Amino acid sequence: MTTTSTQANGSGNTSAPIQERDRVTVRFAGDSGDGMQLAGNRFADATAVFGNDFSTLPDFPAEIRAPAGSLAGVSSFQISFSKHQIFTPGDEPDTLVAMNPAALKSHLSALTKGGLLVVNEDAFTSGNLKKANYPSNPLSDGSLDGFRIIKAPITTAAVAAVDDLGLSNQNAERTKNFFALGLVYWLYDRDLQPTLDWIEDRFGRLPNIAEANRRALFAGHAYGETTEIADAHVRVPPAVLNPGEYRTITGNQALVLGLITAAHLTDLELFYGSYPITPASDVLVELAALREFGVRTFQAEDEISAVGTAIGAAYGGALGVTGTSGPGIALKSEAINLAVMTELPLIVLDVQRSGPSTGMPTKTEQTDLLQVMFGRNGESPLCVLAAKSPGDCFYMVLEAVRLAYQFVTPVVLLSDTYLANTAEPWPVPDLSQLSPIDVPYRRLVNTSPEDYQPYERDPDTLARMFVPPGQPGLQHRIGGLEKSDISGDVAYSPENHQRMTDLRAEKIQRIANFIPEVEIDGPESGDLLVLSWGSTYGAVFTAVNDAREAGHEVAHAHLQYLNPFPRNLGDVVSRYKKVLVPEANTGQLRMLVRANFLVDAKGYNEVTGQPLSARLLTEAIKQLADE
Amino acid sequence: MVLQTPPLEPVESIIPLADEDLTRKDYASDVDTRWCPGCGDYSILAQMQRGLSNLNVAPEKMVFVSGIGCSSRFPYYMNTYGMHSIHGRAPTIASGLKLSRPDLMVFVITGDGDALSIGGNHLLHVLRRNVDVKIFLFNNRIYGLTKGQYSPTSELGKVTKSSPVGTTERPLNPLSVALASEATFVARSFDTDPQHLTATIERAARHHGAAFVEILQNCNIFNDRAFADYTDRNVRDERLLYLEHGQPMLFGENKNKGLAVSATGLRVVDAGGPDAGLILTHDATRPAPDVHQLLARCAYPEMPVPMGVIRQVTTPTYGDYLDSQIEVQKFKNRHDVTQLLRGRSTWQVE
Ligand SMILES: Cc1ncc(C[n+]2csc(CCOP(=O)(O)OP(=O)(O)O)c2C)c(N)n1
Ligand code: SF4
Ligand SMILES: [Mg+2]
Repeated sequence: MTTTSTQANGSGNTSAPIQERDRVTVRFAGDSGDGMQLAGNRFADATAVFGNDFSTLPDFPAEIRAPAGSLAGVSSFQISFSKHQIFTPGDEPDTLVAMNPAALKSHLSALTKGGLLVVNEDAFTSGNLKKANYPSNPLSDGSLDGFRIIKAPITTAAVAAVDDLGLSNQNAERTKNFFALGLVYWLYDRDLQPTLDWIEDRFGRLPNIAEANRRALFAGHAYGETTEIADAHVRVPPAVLNPGEYRTITGNQALVLGLITAAHLTDLELFYGSYPITPASDVLVELAALREFGVRTFQAEDEISAVGTAIGAAYGGALGVTGTSGPGIALKSEAINLAVMTELPLIVLDVQRSGPSTGMPTKTEQTDLLQVMFGRNGESPLCVLAAKSPGDCFYMVLEAVRLAYQFVTPVVLLSDTYLANTAEPWPVPDLSQLSPIDVPYRRLVNTSPEDYQPYERDPDTLARMFVPPGQPGLQHRIGGLEKSDISGDVAYSPENHQRMTDLRAEKIQRIANFIPEVEIDGPESGDLLVLSWGSTYGAVFTAVNDAREAGHEVAHAHLQYLNPFPRNLGDVVSRYKKVLVPEANTGQLRMLVRANFLVDAKGYNEVTGQPLSARLLTEAIKQLADE
Repeated sequence: MVLQTPPLEPVESIIPLADEDLTRKDYASDVDTRWCPGCGDYSILAQMQRGLSNLNVAPEKMVFVSGIGCSSRFPYYMNTYGMHSIHGRAPTIASGLKLSRPDLMVFVITGDGDALSIGGNHLLHVLRRNVDVKIFLFNNRIYGLTKGQYSPTSELGKVTKSSPVGTTERPLNPLSVALASEATFVARSFDTDPQHLTATIERAARHHGAAFVEILQNCNIFNDRAFADYTDRNVRDERLLYLEHGQPMLFGENKNKGLAVSATGLRVVDAGGPDAGLILTHDATRPAPDVHQLLARCAYPEMPVPMGVIRQVTTPTYGDYLDSQIEVQKFKNRHDVTQLLRGRSTWQVE
């Protein structure tokens, strides 16, 4: 919806008409060296302070420094902001900032028809055009006719703005991202102050650089103000969010906060064993900076060691956690199985990325579900959870820890590249409102030796009597060999193996009695249910609502608990004529749903390395609803 | 035999001692041993129980972590806590355990395949990090549990089940590997000298830091008498060099021979001859591992085979560094979870 008003914006004194819009999506694209992630993050901060709801989508090349100007080196940052609550970073941007020809080439196809294109015309040299495989200059050959274009001399204007500061050429040119940012701030009526504060904070000790960035920012802003850019000055009013204190959060930050909070709620020492891998490394890096919370991070020699140390820590009674991505899970499988057999409370974070093999390390996918479910030898059930949004990563870590201790089992929590890097406003949780997490072994440590059997089980949960070493008289040995029921001695009897196999499966099944049922958004029964899991929540929610607005009756259910499924899931899927399972894989949840409930679930599947497109999914929903 | 080594670290500074005097029996579990009759592992088990009882640390304060192999069955037979884990990974589990539970004594039991083949990576790193765990590698130069394939310590050309016309690969020397991994305690002993083995085990257990002990172990089923050429009672004096810190490197009947430096390494000299003055005195605490490496490389038949503590140096452990970082950061920085949740900046929605 677009309305035009003539109200002056808060930061300038221009009298140009300013349009009001519900939601805008902007994408910054440039060379990896152009500082697009930085610009995008500053824009997100300014947007948070302004009060919009927002969601971001960084997308960067796996190469740290691909050749300058090349297509492989293009890095981008998308942000969608709205006066309403939003759940995705938007499909197609309304505005594309392209800092060079390669950025234009890679991202133009995403821009909405008639969208606004801001290009750095200085970068459209014949050399750069060639690197981007442009036979002729798109700025002059008419190929961009369908778009509104602002051709700004971003590099030269930025350099001119910092002219008398005595910077090297290179440093002067580096300020061009702040110029571009200033221009976009003008376009979208953002306040400059949060960015000025940030510059002071970040570059305060390098006054020259700080001043250069400030000047470039102001110059970009002034450029917008003085260049009459018709139809481009847009305002998105603040969103009405629930009252409270907010911060921005990414999925990886939420994992870190979740682990620290879980350690607090269990009153356990946190041990995090990990081997660096995109996109999970940040969790290790950020936890390593939190020694004051008693965090023991351990950068292992490989993923096997990472999970081994976490198992050792869990066995010792600490909160043992390991985190990785798909290739690392593959290496950890044998050790995770040891934790299944020894029945230890181990937390495994899997920040999924695009595969197979090394795949596309910086791109997103939901392709590890079956790996964590079944990628181990033997009958090896464990608990699998998946977060649905960046902020939800926090709460799902608490759930993972709660269940790991209550059931004395390894728990895998699935996140992915998209959740890991996406930022959104997040209501800061009130620590005093979070329930403490029970650690049953604390009640067992004083068991008398006559009453202690390591594989005796709680009658409700079937959790075994796990007690860490150190208790006099309770010495016992555990390991990967099959255990005798109750005593935990090594056992090879056929009856015992059957019984233990059944017990391990039953224990995981009983988790369903201690987790919430799946909720249905929409009609309780009827024609079409859309069933999703993990990070696609936002896109699926948006698509379902769009389909409803188009007149279709659609129900939506979203799973955060993948193993076991919520108790009512079988009943829920049987109440609809059609079930659609959208996933960023080729149908992994769909396979589980079909196998478990004998329903003819259909799939909507994208394996592109990008988050699901809400727009395409809406079409798929409408189509299936019409069938 | 009592080994003369640098002053003992008081174990009790870290691990509380038991109230009463403990004996070998306190460390023996009631699980039936399952090794082949005549296997060297039996002697190692007995000496382990004996050596540890000398420490007087309560068995519940000890944890044995092993990998997979005949040797790795060991934890079942100790009346301590224990984990019989997965092939090659015991050092990782032991590391995580020790770092989160400094009050426990953590032992690793491993074989030549477990430690040097599938677990080679972990062995290097646990030693390099100087995690305070005690590693006992039972070297029988063969894969016992899988019934007789060659191992990374099998000699070149050895005929085994998986090398019917001889292996085509050169073996690793466990001591060289440990020294190259910056191990702070490196020793060797063998199954058929109970006294020496007991003393070496005790010595390793008292070391503050990662201790590595190679124990030559006879597998009488798949690699019988692999070390007999120099460990048999009647040839020991001639062919073994019992190292003692601070003592000259003498061996032979009546200690009539010694080791001295040569242009290419070490050489044997006559203790009564003109070069007697050149005979080296063993310094286990020498920071540079040069002489220790030369000793580690001494092999039968050219040289006497060294036994005992080759190297023992004291440096802070991984856990020492980690714990002190935590202490310092706790002192320097706020650690309030509510503040952490709020992050760098927040805003209020009315
Ligand atoms: C992942 C894995 N690969 C292979 C095996 C089979 N395996 C068990 S023990 C062993 C070799 C053991 O040799 P060593 O470590 O020398 O121990 P020993 O039996 O000689 O004491 C092998 C290959 C296994 N258990 N796990
Ligand atoms: S196979 Fe060899 S190492 Fe294994 S128990 Fe028998 S004798 Fe000992
Ligand atoms: Mg062996």
